Amino acid sequence: MDWVNILLTTIVWIVEILLIAVPVALSVAYITYAERRVIGLIQARKGCNRVGPHGLLQPLADGLKLFLKESIIPTRANKFLFVAAPVVALTPALIAFSVVPFGEMSHSILQIHDGVRTWFADVETPQVMAIAHLNVGVLYVMAISSLAIYGILLAGWASNSKYALIGAVRATCQMVSYEISMGFALVCVLMLAGTMDLSGIVHAQEGGFWHWYIIPLFPMFLVYLISGCAETNRTPFDLVEGEAELVAGYFVEYSGMWFATFSLAEYAALILISLMTSILFLGGWYAPFPFLDFIPGTVWLLAKTAFFVFVFIWFRATFPRYRYDQMMRLGWKVFLPWTLAWIAVVGIFIYTPGLQDIIGFYQPWR
Amino acid sequence: MSLLKKASKTWLLLELVKGLSVTGRYLFQKKITVEYPEERTPLSPRFRGLHALRRYENGEERCIACKLCEAVCPAMAITIESEERDDGSRRTTRYDIDLSKCIFCGLCQEACPVDAIVETQVFEYGGEDRDCLFYDKQKLLEVGDRYEAQIARNIKADEPYR
Repeated sequence: MDWVNILLTTIVWIVEILLIAVPVALSVAYITYAERRVIGLIQARKGCNRVGPHGLLQPLADGLKLFLKESIIPTRANKFLFVAAPVVALTPALIAFSVVPFGEMSHSILQIHDGVRTWFADVETPQVMAIAHLNVGVLYVMAISSLAIYGILLAGWASNSKYALIGAVRATCQMVSYEISMGFALVCVLMLAGTMDLSGIVHAQEGGFWHWYIIPLFPMFLVYLISGCAETNRTPFDLVEGEAELVAGYFVEYSGMWFATFSLAEYAALILISLMTSILFLGGWYAPFPFLDFIPGTVWLLAKTAFFVFVFIWFRATFPRYRYDQMMRLGWKVFLPWTLAWIAVVGIFIYTPGLQDIIGFYQPWR
Repeated sequence: MSLLKKASKTWLLLELVKGLSVTGRYLFQKKITVEYPEERTPLSPRFRGLHALRRYENGEERCIACKLCEAVCPAMAITIESEERDDGSRRTTRYDIDLSKCIFCGLCQEACPVDAIVETQVFEYGGEDRDCLFYDKQKLLEVGDRYEAQIARNIKADEPYR
């Protein structure tokens, strides 16, 4: 491979990365807007509607404001870690998107075969629209999204503030606890799909909503959704922020752009959880009815994701915050045994001769 | 049966769904927001806003410098000095209201025997320094001249209840 090909491949990669990272950042901005509007509407208010038509420029105004604010570093904070923490929090939230399949397309962007470059060449098997098509995508997402804790922990520790520290400890405890039940809920999906490849899981749910894993695994779907809520530190599990007792949690000492970076990471995680829920339980890019297939798969996937983002905002507008011990109880004493039991149930269904036929419908690879 | 009911209530999160449906209904409810500069809420005729000194129809100022308002003012926001005028009537030479002290209780309006000092429905008189909240006689009379129609209407509307 000569250097032109290497250069072109790199450029294609960078463009692919930008094609995912920029829309993620933009949708984060507009999720904050959606959140304010939806919560406003639920509270019989109108929400922000002054900046631009329907307030659509509000996120830009907010971003500009945060950008122009002074970023204060507390005197006795550990300066290096204090500045590193937001970056450590944001990075895993963004790189987790690299394996998410956004759909399929029938040609590859750049194909290099024996030194011959072909742009948008047709390929026989549809290509997965992901930066990295990984055959252990689920594992990767689980691993990377757990790394986000480090940013939070570093932020709490480096701030040299008791509120931030307690917030960070809470966040860590909560994320570790819910990661487990989340993982077990995923195991049920993997048992049915028979693959850890995210696009493989979507393929296993091909054809109509009655193939989707939300039907055989409805309890696991609920567990996954609620754990996702806890995982992204959103109400009713936002004890991490708990403004009544902790002011703002792990990012009390942050201001300006660093603060914005944290909320960027938080909302990116929210998008990721919504995407993963749609992929794992709602058939990813497949339409609910086969006759709706003419709408591109990416549109379906993004619509499902948007729906879950809305549901999370709806949760926030509805539920009061859990008490910390109640939240821990839910994670360890309810979700953990419940998911374990369901793994056993799914296992029994898979291996018992009579019951196999029922669940076999959801195992197209068998 | 009751066990089954209870189990389904727990595991299908029925209570939470109920809560969500309540907030979901509110999502489509009519919004109560009043977008202030363009839309305004109705004001009562008794609304206590910016003060005004009124005149009679012939242009004579009503205030007779009885100083009842100055005496009754709980915030001591009113300062009055008076002198005998050439025609022998007693008139104020100074009538100041410091709106940064005023608590808008309306007692001056109640105390006034000739309806000279009144509070109007005007509430948008903010400025950029404290001086613009210091109203002397000249400014108060100007306010009175500008809003006389409104003031008269409001006093008339409130008349039956006095």
